[in-house]
Amino acid sequence: MRFTLNGTAVDVGAHPMARLLDVLRVDLGLTGTKEGCGEGECGACTVLIDGQPVCSCLIPVAQAEGTSVVSIEGLGDNHPLQHLFMNEVGAQCGICTPGMILAALSLEATDTPTLDDVKVALAGNLCRCTGYSAIYRAVMKWRGMNGDVATTTAT
Amino acid sequence: MRTAISELNLHRAASVTDALELLRDEQRTPIAGATDLYVALNFGTLTPRKFVDLWPLHELRQISMKQNTLVIGALATYTDVIRSPLVARHLPMLVEAARLVGGPQIQNRGTIGGNVANASPAGDSLPVFAAADATVVLLSASEERRVAFREFYTGYRATVMRPEELLVSIEVPPIDGTQWFRKVGTRAAQAISKVVVAAIRGDVPRVAFGSVGPTVVRAWEAERMLASGASIDDAADALTKDIAPIDDIRSTADYRQRVATNLLRRFWSETARV
Repeated sequence: MRFTLNGTAVDVGAHPMARLLDVLRVDLGLTGTKEGCGEGECGACTVLIDGQPVCSCLIPVAQAEGTSVVSIEGLGDNHPLQHLFMNEVGAQCGICTPGMILAALSLEATDTPTLDDVKVALAGNLCRCTGYSAIYRAVMKWRGMNGDVATTTAT
Repeated sequence: MRTAISELNLHRAASVTDALELLRDEQRTPIAGATDLYVALNFGTLTPRKFVDLWPLHELRQISMKQNTLVIGALATYTDVIRSPLVARHLPMLVEAARLVGGPQIQNRGTIGGNVANASPAGDSLPVFAAADATVVLLSASEERRVAFREFYTGYRATVMRPEELLVSIEVPPIDGTQWFRKVGTRAAQAISKVVVAAIRGDVPRVAFGSVGPTVVRAWEAERMLASGASIDDAADALTKDIAPIDDIRSTADYRQRVATNLLRRFWSETARV
C-alpha cells in the first residue's frame, strides 16, 4: 500500500482492512494520532486525507492508497496553532489536541471565520478537559480574530 | 473486542462491472465510507468476512440532473451534498440533514448510499427521501431495478435489496412546495437522532419521520388530515397511528411521541402562508 505521509512517500505491507490509525501508530510508529471512542464521535484519531479531516479509526488503510495523509507529526514543532493551543491553555490532558488541531486546519482558507464556523469545524472533536472556550480562542486568534469566546457554549 | 483483521478479505473494485460480477459470484459486503461498518469492526460485532470496497468508484460519486430529476450517486458523501449547488436548489432539506450527520470527519466519508442501504431507522437522510418520494436504483450484473423509496424497507434494518445488487443512485423527482427538516438529538452536532423529520408543504403535504419506528415512516394518517383541511390538533392526534416509537438508550417512547407531535405542529406553523 503506497501513500504519502506528511509529505514523504511510504509503502506499508499492512492488511488492506487494517485501520489507518493502527498503521500510523503501530506500523509507522507515529503515536501522535490517538484512539478514543472507536465510533466516530470523539475525533481523537483525526488525520487529513487529501486535506479533509477524517477519523482514522474508521478507515481501512486500503482507502488511503494513492492519497496524501497528514498526521499531527506532519506539522512539525513550530506551527502557530500549536503555540496558540499552549498559550491559550487549549490543551490540558492532550488526548484531543492532535485531532483538534488537524480539524481546525480546515479553516486555513477561511479568512474571517465566525465563532460558529469554528464550532462547526470542531463539531466532530470532543474535549473533556477545557470546556472548549480556550480551544475556540486559540483557533480564532490563529485566524486573526480577537478570540473573545468567553460566554459561549459548545455545540 | 475488535474484530480480528486477519480473518477478513477485501477486494478493491476496479469498476462497477467488476464489483457487480464479484457480487454475482460470491457473497460480499460492500464498503463505501466505512463509517458504520468500521464502528462494528471496532466493537467486534462485524459478522461478514468478505468485502468489496466501492470507494474507488468515482463514477458513483456524481450528483447530476436527468431532465427534471435529481440523481445522487450512491457514493456522494455528506460533504459532497453540502457543497452541491444542485442539491441546494432542488433538495435543500437534504443539505440540512447532511450538515447534522456526525462532524466533518464523518461527513467527509459517510455516503448517501451507505446511509440508505444500512437501513438504520435513525438514518438522517431517510426521511428526506421518503418525503420526496424518491426512487432507489439497484444494479446487478444481470439487471437494473428501480424501487420506490416507500417500498424499499421491509422491516428493522431490512430492505428489498438482493445480495448481488448494488445501490448505485437515488433519484429525486421535482418537488413543489416548501421543504422542512428538523433533527432532535442530544446536542446540535454529532448526535444520533432521537427524532428526525422531513416534510414538504405543497399542494399535498408530505411528512416522514425517522427514529420513531423500525423503519423510516411516512405519516400517512397525519398527511391525510392536513390535506383534508382538518385542524393541526386532529392531524397531531392522527400521527399516533403513523408512528411506533420505542424506549432505547437514546430516548423513551413517550418523549419521542411528544417530540414528533411537536415537530408536526412546528412544521405546519413555520411553513404557513409561503
